Amino acid sequence: MPVEYLKETPSQTAGPYVHIGTLPGHAGLPIRQNETLNVIEAPGEKIVIEGIVIDGSGAPVKDAMLELYQADSKGRVGANTLWARAGTIFETGEWRFDTIRPGALEWRGGKMQAPHLTLLVFARGINMHLHTRMYFPEDEAAHATDPALNRVEQVHRRRTLIAEKVKDGHYRFIIRLQGENETVFFDM
Amino acid sequence: MTTSPSAADARRPDFMKRDRSWHPPAYTPGYKTSVLRSPKCALLSLDQGPGEKTGPTFRADMLHELDNDLISNFASATGSTGLAIGERIIVHGRVLDEAGRPVPNTLIEIWQANAGGRYRHKKDTYLAPLDPNFGGCGRCMTDENGYYFFRTIKPGAYPWPNHGSDWRPAHIHFSIFGEAFAQRLISQLYFEGDPLIPLCPIVHTIADERAVQQLVAKLDMGEMRPFDCLAYRFDIVLRGRQQTFFENKREGM
Repeated sequence: MPVEYLKETPSQTAGPYVHIGTLPGHAGLPIRQNETLNVIEAPGEKIVIEGIVIDGSGAPVKDAMLELYQADSKGRVGANTLWARAGTIFETGEWRFDTIRPGALEWRGGKMQAPHLTLLVFARGINMHLHTRMYFPEDEAAHATDPALNRVEQVHRRRTLIAEKVKDGHYRFIIRLQGENETVFFDM
Repeated sequence: MTTSPSAADARRPDFMKRDRSWHPPAYTPGYKTSVLRSPKCALLSLDQGPGEKTGPTFRADMLHELDNDLISNFASATGSTGLAIGERIIVHGRVLDEAGRPVPNTLIEIWQANAGGRYRHKKDTYLAPLDPNFGGCGRCMTDENGYYFFRTIKPGAYPWPNHGSDWRPAHIHFSIFGEAFAQRLISQLYFEGDPLIPLCPIVHTIADERAVQQLVAKLDMGEMRPFDCLAYRFDIVLRGRQQTFFENKREGM
């Protein structure tokens, strides 16, 4: 018999009311309304990331909760890890983060990764959160050697991880859960 | 707060692989919303880098003293001196990793319906009324032994439009961070003996009955408070960090 470990607590969907516990002001609760969890204040170049999550029929997912996690402007994580959380606007499904451009983060064996943001998607209908990454369109040279992008065997799918630049410092990132141009999701 | 350079984090041991056959798969047609919200492509397996082996840390001083007391925290925040209506319970337990090590100083957030199954959320229109003294939102941090503690009202079952009117068993949603983003987890706690558990399509997105049982909190008479509240025990297990880091291919992926 192999060695037995405890089993990880199984995941369940965050459900439609995830905001009560994670973003109470967004849910309409009169508590913790001054929390602005979708804004990261840190040294570096200020950027805006906005986007939408689309389901397999092409409709926006209007009840999602997203978390962002990234290196600081010098590419450091650990105690410098930057984290944020956003709810989608119930009417439109749009979400937004105000943050800073991350530096290039080290990978294993001394290699470097291209600058990126890690994004987790939680929502009704999603049994276990989906883990993806957003890269910046202007970092093409770094993408060529990025270990995660290069792991995507179908080269055209790598594009699903690269944001569109709307204007300077402002990016749009569409997460497609299913079907045509489905976003690449990771099992890390 | 100390600064750990990425180079050191990159060399921290990896987390054990997630057993995706233990967790629910993405596509579970019995739970209808999953049909259009599940990726068709396989997940892409990738080694963990420093961005997965670290995670956000939260400070205990961000918490209000009533944050883990759902019986009084909403009333207190709204200026009421009342208490929530319903079955008064303690929910407590430990957070461990798969190797049995406690996970200290990690944030747990919970949310739930009131005693009648109604959520305080702008999108919930169920006819059961709101409780003016209940918000359903709580959080706490584990102590140095991985122990956590909430006081709340046992939530009621409620109907939802899946196959006509399916009914959710009583449940408390919980969200937990762990020490690294690789351990991030959101799930739901159910209550021992609830006959709705075996009928629920969301519970049964989990294939293995042993995994379902891991989500069922046990009545804990040892921790009940006489003439005050009952207690339920619920331990949470996060992915385990391996013991040592050993990278055999410096240039490999």
